[in-house]
Amino acid sequence: MSGSSAGVDPGDAAAIRFSNVHKWYGSFHVLRNINLTVERGERIVVCGPSGSGKSTLIRCINRLEEHQRGSIVVDGVELTDNIKRIDEVRREVGMVFQSFNLFPHLTILENCTLAPVWVRKMPKRDAEELATKLLARVKILDQAHKYPGQLSGGQQQRAAIARALCMTPKIMLFDEPTSSLDPEMVKEVLDTVTALAQEGMTMIVVTHEMGFARQVADRVVFMDIGEIVEVNAPIPFFDHPQHERTKLFLSQILR
Amino acid sequence: MLSSGALAWARANLFSSIGSTFVTVGCVALAAYLLPQLVAWATTRANWSGTDGAVCRQHQDGACWAFVIAKWDYLRFGSYPLAERWRVDAVEAIGALLIVWLLWTNAPRRTWGALLFFVAYPILALVLLRGSSLLGLPIVDTLLWGGIFVSLLTAVVGIVFSLPLGVLLALGRRSSLPVVRAASVAFIEFVRGVPFITILFMANNLLPLFVPEAWAPDRLLRPLAGIIIFSAAYMAEEVRGGLQSLTRGQYEAAVALGLNYPRMMALVILPQALTLVIPGIVNNFIGLFMDTTLISVVGVTDFLEAMNNAIKDPVWAGPTIMVTGYVFAGIFYFVFCYGMARYSAHVERILAKGRK
Repeated sequence: MSGSSAGVDPGDAAAIRFSNVHKWYGSFHVLRNINLTVERGERIVVCGPSGSGKSTLIRCINRLEEHQRGSIVVDGVELTDNIKRIDEVRREVGMVFQSFNLFPHLTILENCTLAPVWVRKMPKRDAEELATKLLARVKILDQAHKYPGQLSGGQQQRAAIARALCMTPKIMLFDEPTSSLDPEMVKEVLDTVTALAQEGMTMIVVTHEMGFARQVADRVVFMDIGEIVEVNAPIPFFDHPQHERTKLFLSQILR
Repeated sequence: MLSSGALAWARANLFSSIGSTFVTVGCVALAAYLLPQLVAWATTRANWSGTDGAVCRQHQDGACWAFVIAKWDYLRFGSYPLAERWRVDAVEAIGALLIVWLLWTNAPRRTWGALLFFVAYPILALVLLRGSSLLGLPIVDTLLWGGIFVSLLTAVVGIVFSLPLGVLLALGRRSSLPVVRAASVAFIEFVRGVPFITILFMANNLLPLFVPEAWAPDRLLRPLAGIIIFSAAYMAEEVRGGLQSLTRGQYEAAVALGLNYPRMMALVILPQALTLVIPGIVNNFIGLFMDTTLISVVGVTDFLEAMNNAIKDPVWAGPTIMVTGYVFAGIFYFVFCYGMARYSAHVERILAKGRK
């Protein structure tokens, strides 16, 4: 099923390594022969038309989706059916969703402390201290004792970022973090992600915000119909796209 | 101001058309005719004292509360030995105290209350009610148990066990493990497809066949098992509805944070799912409470059966006895069921606060 059988390889310097990864939904081939290595501290932006498999790609990194062929190694751990390994990976990989997915029955502070307390076994007081620090960093400390439903979309998404950061992850995944936000709230969320990027967090961001990609990304990955079509640094990517499909996509999105 | 508001309300809601005016006037007239009679029957014309049915046979136009008062001890304890009835009183009093502690949403140290109620109390109740030669408490066979305390015991045991079992079945039905899922589906569909009385008969007659004679479950335990099994199946479907109404994102966010399955369920999914289905769960609790009256078919003297027995007492024979007895039983069941309904509405209001 997978190439290496070692499972854990701490010697692997890369943060994430996709090798010949394929995935099908039934007979639909969503990921086709994906090869991608993300170095530690690297910031990757993934873009492409809808249905191109970019969300599926990052959801494979924390095994929200299973791949059927090839291997994915995250932080030296290969993703297999081994649930313990998967949980290890999930502890180190934070994820921010398009629809926030905050827990509506918990306050913002409780959302942030839940995983540190129950997964990291952090004392409650320490977890609250950490959460307070991170909520201040995403500038919503004053909302800490409210419930998610009482916050605006932008505030909810920043809370979701703080919640993920509370696990002190090594890698952050952003799955279209601004796509369900009203336009005036996009900036506050992007600013938060940008600030995080500048601190050297390894991150993969799926987004349509090309200005953000240009400013933050080390490399831009362009996907179409399940394939990685082009990978390049932002300036050449935007200024001199190599492939016809990339050109077409950019011309449509940068009108 | 207030009266003009009330007038406007009445005009809008009660007298908006000729038809609705007729209905309103008709209902008021009917109520004005019936209610005073009912109240008088239950109070001023009622017979409150007497040691046998003589007074009630003389005054047949009022309720015979003297009968209920005279039979009160039997209605509460059944044939539980007179000298040992303090044990039932103690179990009831402690139980009531712990339940208030648990249900009072602002009570201090509710986790302690829960621990006492779910761990210490059942042991204490069992030792007290059944007796223990070690503590010098004479053994009282469950054959002698009866009346209100058996009804309450059945309801509480049913409620306390059927909800967790129902949750497990609901999770099992949505499990990705095929054997667990098939077993859960089979259990739920089988129990839902069979009348409660059938389950009771099966629990009563079949359970003892499957286990060695020495382990044969007690004759009160069998219907208890039946009621738990029956209620759990309905509870499971209720809970499944709650689980299905949560978005996939909630599950994904929980696992993405590294929560394993039990923690995800206990901390994220079930608190939300159960809150959503409180009305349905309480509906099941109320149904369960009323279904406890059916355990009399397998020979357990619950409150209603005790009332039936009391009504048959020739000393109290008379035309008003049966009506009085069943009206009283009706009030008893109504008080408890309505109380549960009000409490669930209260909890829903508290939970709704802040969420929206």
